[in-house]
Amino acid sequence: MAKRVGIEVSIAVAEAVKLADVDLVAAYPITPQTHIVEHLSEDVANGKLDAEFVPVESEHSAMSCCCGSSAAGARTFTASSSQGLSLMSEILYIPSTMRLPIVMVVANRALSAPISIWNDHQDIMVQRDIGWIQTFAENGQEAFDLTLHAFRVAEDRRVSLPMIVNIDGFTLSHVIEPIEILDQEEVNRYLPPFKPRYRLDPKKPITMGPVGIPEVYTEAKVAHDQALKASKKVILKAWDEFAELFGRRYQPVETYRSEDAETLLVTMGSISETAMTAVDAMREKGQKVGLVRIRLWRPFPAQEFRKAAGKAKVLAVIDRCLPPGAPCGPVGEDLRAVFYKVPGAPKIFSFVAGLGGRDVTVETFEEIVEKAQAKARKRPRELYEVIGVREK
Amino acid sequence: MIPELEKFKGFTVKNLPKDEPLAPGHRACQGCGEVLALRMVMKALGRNVIVCSATGCMEIITSPYPQTAWRVPWLHIAFENAAAVASGVEAARKAMARKGKIPKRHVDIMALGGDGATGDIGLQALSGAMERGHDFLYVCVDNEAYMNTGVQRSGCTPYGAMTTTSPPGTESFGQYTWKKNIPAIAAAHGIPYVATASPAYFLDLMNKVKKAALVKGPAYVHIFSPCPTGWGSAGERSVEFAKLAVDTRIFPLYEVIEGKYILSRKISKPKPVTEYFKGQRRFRHLKDDQIAYIQRRVDAEYERIARLAEVS
Ligand SMILES: Cc1ncc(C[n+]2csc(CCOP(=O)(O)OP(=O)(O)O)c2C)c(N)n1
Ligand code: SF4
Repeated sequence: MAKRVGIEVSIAVAEAVKLADVDLVAAYPITPQTHIVEHLSEDVANGKLDAEFVPVESEHSAMSCCCGSSAAGARTFTASSSQGLSLMSEILYIPSTMRLPIVMVVANRALSAPISIWNDHQDIMVQRDIGWIQTFAENGQEAFDLTLHAFRVAEDRRVSLPMIVNIDGFTLSHVIEPIEILDQEEVNRYLPPFKPRYRLDPKKPITMGPVGIPEVYTEAKVAHDQALKASKKVILKAWDEFAELFGRRYQPVETYRSEDAETLLVTMGSISETAMTAVDAMREKGQKVGLVRIRLWRPFPAQEFRKAAGKAKVLAVIDRCLPPGAPCGPVGEDLRAVFYKVPGAPKIFSFVAGLGGRDVTVETFEEIVEKAQAKARKRPRELYEVIGVREK
Repeated sequence: MIPELEKFKGFTVKNLPKDEPLAPGHRACQGCGEVLALRMVMKALGRNVIVCSATGCMEIITSPYPQTAWRVPWLHIAFENAAAVASGVEAARKAMARKGKIPKRHVDIMALGGDGATGDIGLQALSGAMERGHDFLYVCVDNEAYMNTGVQRSGCTPYGAMTTTSPPGTESFGQYTWKKNIPAIAAAHGIPYVATASPAYFLDLMNKVKKAALVKGPAYVHIFSPCPTGWGSAGERSVEFAKLAVDTRIFPLYEVIEGKYILSRKISKPKPVTEYFKGQRRFRHLKDDQIAYIQRRVDAEYERIARLAEVS
């Protein structure tokens, strides 16, 4: 039977990985991801997890090692953050088109310069197009559940794609929350053993990762795109089954007091809990404000989002990433594309907030809503606005 | 002595394996020393092996989809990470065998890379994998430049050689650094087996590769591999140049078994380096004083290894 315990979220994630009975963990330290792999290496050292823990010499090798492991047919996990994720970047594109179902938890953190260990989403947004399935967790329970969900989806033969679970660094990774930890039997019911379609084996030799000549390269990329889009069905089914078994229901997008909302905040990750408090506060003042939270980031759940946004007139999108020189933040960009030429589409305003650990408070959300509503009355020149920049 | 090696009888001309795990019909240039070496490597290893290749000539010429020259399981991920990928394959198989997910059967794991993939961009991954002690062999096919991208200098390009990024000119005589000593770097990791080899001495090469596969833990084999395309040499003379490199003492053949140096071929009457330089466009601009300098260093390097072999 599941047990509810007060536990640090990183450790809960490690517990999920242990319950998934992974075969290999390759990792390199970087804050704020370290607690996850430290805990896993402890479990391996104490015989609580029968896996190879490979303490590699860099994140580049961590991801390379994971590729080899997954190609050999092993259940494979790693975790990273920020500069470490960036160092992996070259390799990240490879397991996705090669369809290697590696699972990675990213404790999101800002990118240099200036060096910052604190949370925002810049590290993952530069990796947006690596072709992995990506989810964002809001709280510790979700971080635990989504990690198990990731193995289930990634390794499903119809999917066979690597998957990232994003958890906000520190603000989520390092907090202690009451979390229901499933027991081994429950996990076994949900997560079947990994049965790869192909594996490196001298008894059945195959060539993996060959040269893609111009006649085949496009087709390989299209096949990958189609697989990523098609994975949504399996993602939803795996969430449905999770709900049936354990009672917690997850969806690609979640709404809060959005039915009659005229202005909707759009968030990803752990700031969504503060956003809900802000929505409550604004509702008390009689404002028709609600919240839409994106849980599934890739493949982007466009249909679900349009439905969730309902009849809102204004969307205030919060991006935790400032892409210099771009027309607007990545989430804002995606949503503009989702609503392009949709009749009666809401006006979309993009806000950049919470960079490098800057607090996003109830007041920040109130300011954002106010600004979005003011912009909706005028024709703003800028496609996005950075919130709370100190002048002095 | 390493127990696995004690039992090893070695290949002779009479018992050479007939099987070709690397199929003919690949796309290497005529006279390619790398693919010749690789063919011997695979003959020595047989088919009970998983190969992780780095990007480079050998990867490109063996795997243009939908063709493949590999009759063994083969995986390519990127340029600099063959050793890290092999670490993953090896460690994963260990875990899976322990957990009963795959049969407990030994399979050799080989990582393969050019001199660039090995000694420059991939040195970190190689070092990490050797340090961690994975049971795998790393084979470097050294053609002394980045050939796959059009003959640029690498850390293994020899002193004075012309490449497209070490061109001789009014202010330059070509490559101005001495060839990086990767076998010594590998040996410094304290791994059980390190060797240098040449396709001109094919039995020696095959035996070293087989030994590298037999020892438990990391093993490293550095194979001198002429490249007519990059060197500006005649394709039919590749084996000759490989032989000359050894006989001039430019590329000494030796083993380092558990730290002990063993010369595989004593070159007591070396040929002058000029004999090796002749017929290779990459050296043709060298002046007499530069050649004399190279001769001195070549002799000194050889003596150093010979001394190591005596004292260890
Ligand atoms: C990160 C990265 N940088 C550069 C390249 C381009 N590249 C591919 S192969 C290669 C040179 C390979 O040289 P080497 O390892 O010596 O092997 P060779 O082709 O000579 O056999 C380079 C520079 C790459 N694929 N990846
Ligand atoms: S360029 Fe050189 S190493 Fe590459 S295939 Fe041709 S001969 Fe071989």
